[in-house]
Amino acid sequence: MSILAAGTPVPEFTLKTEDGEDFTRADLLGHTTVLVFYPFAFSPVCTDQLQVYEEVLGEIEAQGARIFGVSTDAGYAQKAFRESLNVTIPQLSDFEPKGATAKAFGAYFEPGGMTNRALVIVDPEGVVQWSHLAGSPGDLPGANLIFDGLAASA
Amino acid sequence: MPDLRSAAVPDLRAGDHVRGPAGAPLVFFYGDFACPHCALAHARLAGAPLRVAFRHFALRAKHPRALALAHAAEAAALQEAFWPFHDALYADHGSLADPHLWERARRLGLDVERLEADRRSAAVAERVARDVREAMRAGIVATPTLVAGGALHPGPPARALLEALAAS
Repeated sequence: MSILAAGTPVPEFTLKTEDGEDFTRADLLGHTTVLVFYPFAFSPVCTDQLQVYEEVLGEIEAQGARIFGVSTDAGYAQKAFRESLNVTIPQLSDFEPKGATAKAFGAYFEPGGMTNRALVIVDPEGVVQWSHLAGSPGDLPGANLIFDGLAASA
Repeated sequence: MPDLRSAAVPDLRAGDHVRGPAGAPLVFFYGDFACPHCALAHARLAGAPLRVAFRHFALRAKHPRALALAHAAEAAALQEAFWPFHDALYADHGSLADPHLWERARRLGLDVERLEADRRSAAVAERVARDVREAMRAGIVATPTLVAGGALHPGPPARALLEALAAS
């Protein structure tokens, strides 16, 4: 499965916010959005990744972008995870049907039955501007890649 | 706004905290004084035939004391005591509150009032923030991360890695 490439319109999808509200393709329109797909809440590797991104949240927002974490965990687990990390990056749940959005984006890791580790930047028109799929779910994309992607999108 | 796009770790420069045998291979240690894995890395590096340059990767979300400790170490550096303070922090990881820092400073013969002023200064904050920004740009995502010859080695270093680095 390959990640959605730059220039590809984002397909229709439905994720759930921490409040249980739908988050769909329509919610991407009008904003530059960084979607951070990660495998599992509370896995030690993801812990570092979101805390690193939190450190540069101000710089991401200063570039006019929003950032969300996406995993197949239920919203309750994601919220507990986020709070345990002292992180404010909002989470979107791909819990039911499991991984449907990740699969549509090419960001699902079939062997593990989980979200793969990927970054997707979507422009305000709902088109992928930049994407990155890690070589393996254990490879953490540095924050530098987000800024490379935002620069490529500009 | 700082540029956070990809860039390699900067070469050794004036102002870096570096120690170890002259001529030994150089390793950058990106660490956090509140991080237990960094304390382990510190213990494993002790005595290794390497030159070690310490740079900060202290994240606000990671540990509530991470930044405060990094700032205190830089304030100690202004009294030529970075390494003694560094070693004292890793030697007693259970004692990282402010009174513990003052006690360390007194024990090391530092001017505690000056340390208190310096660790809250903009210059010290910027010194630490610069290291963190550069680590971000190099793609560092974990503490500790050793960097040698441009390669990143996250996590406490295994003996085999240290031997390989020493032989490089």
